[in-house]
Amino acid sequence: MTDRSTKSAKVAASLRRRHAAERRFRLYGMGAVAFALACLGLLFFTVVSKGYTAFQQTYVKLPIYFDAGDIDPKNSGDPKVWAKANYQGMAKKSLRGLFPDVKKRRDKRALYKLASSGAAYELRAIVRENPDLVGTTTDVWVTADDDVDMFIKGYIRGDVAENERRISNKEMAWIEALVADGRLEKRFNTTFFSAGDSREPELAGVWGAAAGSFFTLLVTLALAFPIGVAAAIYLEEFAPKNKLTQVIEININNLAAVPSIVFGLLGLAVFLNFIGMPRSAPLVGGVVLALMTLPTIIIAGRAAIKSVPPSIREAALGLGASRSQVVFHHVLPLAMPGVLTGTIIGMAQALGETAPLLMIGMVAFIVDIPGGFTDPATVLPVQIYLWADSPERAFVERTSAAIMVLLGFLIMMNLTAVWLRKKFERRW
Amino acid sequence: MHKRTLMLATLAAFTFGDHAIARDQIRIVGSSTVYPFATTVAEQFGKSTGFKTPVVESTGSGGGLKLFCSGVGVEHPDITNASRRIKKSEVEKCHKNGVTSVTEIKVGYDGIVMANSKASAVMTITRKQIFLALAKDVPGPDGKLIANPNKTWRDVDANLPNVKIEVLGPPPTSGTRDAFAELALEGGCKKFPAIKAMKKKNKKSYKAVCHSIREDGAYVEAGENDVLIVRKLEANPNAFGVFGYSFLDQNSDKVQGSLIEGKKPTFENIAEGAYPVSRPLYFYVKNAHVGFVPGIKEYLAEFTADKAWGEEGYLTDKGLIPMPEAERNKFKTDAAAFNNLSM
Repeated sequence: MTDRSTKSAKVAASLRRRHAAERRFRLYGMGAVAFALACLGLLFFTVVSKGYTAFQQTYVKLPIYFDAGDIDPKNSGDPKVWAKANYQGMAKKSLRGLFPDVKKRRDKRALYKLASSGAAYELRAIVRENPDLVGTTTDVWVTADDDVDMFIKGYIRGDVAENERRISNKEMAWIEALVADGRLEKRFNTTFFSAGDSREPELAGVWGAAAGSFFTLLVTLALAFPIGVAAAIYLEEFAPKNKLTQVIEININNLAAVPSIVFGLLGLAVFLNFIGMPRSAPLVGGVVLALMTLPTIIIAGRAAIKSVPPSIREAALGLGASRSQVVFHHVLPLAMPGVLTGTIIGMAQALGETAPLLMIGMVAFIVDIPGGFTDPATVLPVQIYLWADSPERAFVERTSAAIMVLLGFLIMMNLTAVWLRKKFERRW
Repeated sequence: MHKRTLMLATLAAFTFGDHAIARDQIRIVGSSTVYPFATTVAEQFGKSTGFKTPVVESTGSGGGLKLFCSGVGVEHPDITNASRRIKKSEVEKCHKNGVTSVTEIKVGYDGIVMANSKASAVMTITRKQIFLALAKDVPGPDGKLIANPNKTWRDVDANLPNVKIEVLGPPPTSGTRDAFAELALEGGCKKFPAIKAMKKKNKKSYKAVCHSIREDGAYVEAGENDVLIVRKLEANPNAFGVFGYSFLDQNSDKVQGSLIEGKKPTFENIAEGAYPVSRPLYFYVKNAHVGFVPGIKEYLAEFTADKAWGEEGYLTDKGLIPMPEAERNKFKTDAAAFNNLSM
């Protein structure tokens, strides 16, 4: 009896301590989760708060006189002649017309800079689409210069000394006059979603990089998915369990941990220098990224195949199905959600990768939007890196906006993975 | 699925096989300092002519010349940018690989600035003081070289502020770092007669003394990203940063350039050559590719036009300091005739 009561007293005494330990542990866990969430929140907050302004761009409305004598002096009607006309001059003339009292050469140069250097190409496109405009004066919205844009968005402050900002007092007065006139306003930035890279922030867009990412990932998927799934099936269902397969297994796991730049060096040595594939092409980028993604897909694929219960295989075999019939009719369809999840996560990883692409020339300034697998191209994360390195102030917000686009794609891919798992998952 | 992969692979093999024969697009590699100018010209060229926009890679001056000199053929670049002149050893390497005819074109000048946050006072400094503050070894009181003992700017010179020496700058792989060592450190190093005498006797050790930057934490390698340096200067008003003039120009509301030898790093001072830490920028053209890769001639014409690299050209908006007119005309003639480079 005494023995028992001392024991229960001991338990009672330690009980508080044990409960406290448990509460502490829970608190630690909650703290860890809260910390992770706070970091994620901070990341999203900084990116979004810096980048959301890039989805709007300042445009300026100029009354342009599409002078027939300028555009087509010989009345030839030839689009080639039209394309060569001095559209920059028309924009300049229009700005001079808006501010007729600007006389000095230096001031005029500053005045012309209110409109982007890309305005000429915008006017050219307008004339190409509406030939009827030739000979008339029309109000046209053209892109404003990045400095004007930064000023309107408040990134260049007017209250600092004049020599310390990129917008002079005169330019500020012009901008204010234009705003008062309703000739200067922020609109949705379509250029950002439809253009390729540019040195002028106001003309730069992510579409070229997005197309490059698309072609690259298509190649990656076309190579990594079938090869990865085939390897997973073979290793899991057919391969004998011996030393050799063990070595292969260990090496696949090792390969998953190899730094991605190593794959880039491999790509440079083998695909560019030895086979002679073109530099900067999505084809090479896709192959290199496929090598990088393969281990992820194989490991996820094997885990998914392993989780299919043996009873299914045995039942199929018992009904007279061959080994490959068992695999392709029963095991693989049941393992598919897991395989697809692994593939999508691997692809998401590949989408965010820049290091291996550095070696094969995909970290480059490319304006033209790639139209195929061998056109020079860059990818979204590379575009972010290039913009982050540019001196122009307006690239800061565009960098954050490009990050938002990339994150959007990543979230979409991960949601697809979750959805696939939910939809096709089976529990036994 | 397997069949399709195989087909795709074969198809791919054919496409790039074709691609290797002809290239309809100029390929440019090289210096990250020339990159903003080369890309601006490339973009204008692509928009205003019927040619495809050239692809420009930023590989660094050394890396660019290595790629450039690796041979003749469409798999090698046509043009390389450099923030220093081509070296003799590189010319020899070019020759060995069959690249025998190269046109050299000077683009203009770039100033390297030492800047700090606007929250602190502007610093006035000489190259000798920069050397004393940042070199690995400096002459001690007895004239012998000792490991740099200077901890604060005041240690370097009594007129400088009593602030810890902390300079953020590019890593050794950068052309900006090379140029900073050559122009600022060596410029100050030469002021010591004992070290100057060394130049004649032992050029190698002279260079080692004058170009070595201290590694005890006073000089912080901040990566190639100059935007990052500007941001760090904002956060730390006591630190200085070393970067190209164009970043100072774009961020003049946040940082200010130190006066070196009494000269402010301004557009005018650098263009006149009064500001001592400025360097020429170049690009090199592989003459064997002219005519095979379409547009090279026209690209050079665009680059060497006054509307691009002239005193009021669009490259000056990007921070390029143009050459005087006579020099521009010389390189313009070189570009039009594809004159082979002479060292």
